[in-house]
Amino acid sequence: MKMKIQMYARFERFWHWLQAFLIIVLLITGFEIHGVLKLLGFAKAHQVHIFCGWSLIILGVFAIFWHATTGEWKQYVPTLENLDKIARYYVCDIFKGEPHPHCKTREQKLNPLQRLAYLALKIFILPLQLLSGLWYYYYNQWPAMGLSGNLETAALVHTAAAFMVLAFLVIHTYLSTTGGTLFSYIKAMITGWEEVED
Amino acid sequence: MGLPSRKNCGACHFYGGGTDGVKHGDLDSSLFSPNKKLDVHMAVNGPNFSCTACHTNVNHHMAGRYSSDPAPVIHKLAMPKDYGNRISCESCHSSSPHKDSKLNDHTDKVACQTCHIPRYARGGVYTKMWWDWSTAGRFDENGKMIVKRAANGTIAYHTKKGDMRWAKDVKPDYAWYNGKMDYLSLADSFDDSKPVSLNRLEGSYDDPKARIFPFKIYLGKQVYDPARKTLVIPKLFGKKGSGAYWAEYDWNKAVAAGMREAGEPYSGKIGFVETKMFWPITHMVAPKEESLTCDECHSRNGRLAALAGFYLPGRDKSDWLDTLGWIMILLTLAGTIIHAAIRMASRNKQKKEQIK
Repeated sequence: MKMKIQMYARFERFWHWLQAFLIIVLLITGFEIHGVLKLLGFAKAHQVHIFCGWSLIILGVFAIFWHATTGEWKQYVPTLENLDKIARYYVCDIFKGEPHPHCKTREQKLNPLQRLAYLALKIFILPLQLLSGLWYYYYNQWPAMGLSGNLETAALVHTAAAFMVLAFLVIHTYLSTTGGTLFSYIKAMITGWEEVED
Repeated sequence: MGLPSRKNCGACHFYGGGTDGVKHGDLDSSLFSPNKKLDVHMAVNGPNFSCTACHTNVNHHMAGRYSSDPAPVIHKLAMPKDYGNRISCESCHSSSPHKDSKLNDHTDKVACQTCHIPRYARGGVYTKMWWDWSTAGRFDENGKMIVKRAANGTIAYHTKKGDMRWAKDVKPDYAWYNGKMDYLSLADSFDDSKPVSLNRLEGSYDDPKARIFPFKIYLGKQVYDPARKTLVIPKLFGKKGSGAYWAEYDWNKAVAAGMREAGEPYSGKIGFVETKMFWPITHMVAPKEESLTCDECHSRNGRLAALAGFYLPGRDKSDWLDTLGWIMILLTLAGTIIHAAIRMASRNKQKKEQIK
């Protein structure tokens, strides 16, 4: 039996898509600042990058508040249980047309692999990106804050984290097509409603 | 009595080196009555500053750079009551003159002139970029002096001076500079296997007083002492028989006479060596709309491509980090494409089996 439930709350969807938009714009403008692309020109790219960076920080504050007050943070508690089954599914069973081993529910939205991946993104990659970004942006103020260091280190850490975010984006986007149909996961993230096993 | 006018100062300073615009790339006769595009401060249809508006004086000591001494620069506002000199841009504009704080973050390492004087010799007057004295002294078949002009009308060869090249609307060169210069003196010997720098700029990225500053690099070839590896003083003006170059056109005689009159030693041998000299660019400040855009420096092959010793966003990267990063991205892309291909192939197979 299949039934439709509301998987994603309104704020969750808003947060997801705005964050996606901001991260994509940050990646594009960031790689332009890095000298890889030529789209907006350095001045505009820098301006947009800083604006989106601050926007993402503000969005992040709201998202943390939402996760904390709704208890949704528990979705990311890592577990190794059944991790092998999930891995086996993606490298093997998915090709045989077998059903996903994780029973997705409102309370267990994320499979063990997702828990680990998203937790890594949230507590390692994005904070690294945020801190190195602030470090990079405010390097003129370091001496006044009693800090020292060089701009190159800040820039390179920020670049390395950007590559990690881009790799995450590639894999995340691809895996969004592995639902019941190509777009069923994306549709769920837009409408909030998803068809699950009863 | 009154303050000196632009005419007084310009009569000499605009013509240094023999004629209009030869030495400085940023001082020539176009500054007698410039428009705003050429110089926002001196513009006759603008503030109409005379030289003394910035070159103030204390006890008859004019503010400005004196040979190796830096101009009395403090990189902050200077009120007349507490500081007599208003020679630096910051004296009036402060070191945080921009609305954008990121632009203000530049003023500790980048001189105002660097962005605000995008090109020099913009007033239509050519400045001399190359002066090869070694070819001077040629005469035509009638024994007359030769004067050749380039396509742009500037003198390309003159019997008295040799070959030369001129330019206008020139992009400056850039170097770290804390205001101090060292000059090569007659006593200093040098390596003559490469172009000799007649002055040396002090400063580097690590020097907190040094900033990136624009320069005209004036190149040439001039007479020197190849045995002592020092510069020499040729005598140029004089009567026939005095040894003066412009009377007898003999470098050996001219150098012998010049060094004798100067009372300086020389080996008796002469040669020609390539020389270069840094001329700071600080006049001809353009309207703000024409100041450099970020990309001029923040790009792979921008104006600061050759300036080493620091990380410049947009210009610099770590080759190994970028290579590693792009390999990782390519691998993830390849992985997803392969995964998708297997998915499609196996689904088609399953469909066929179902039909069977």
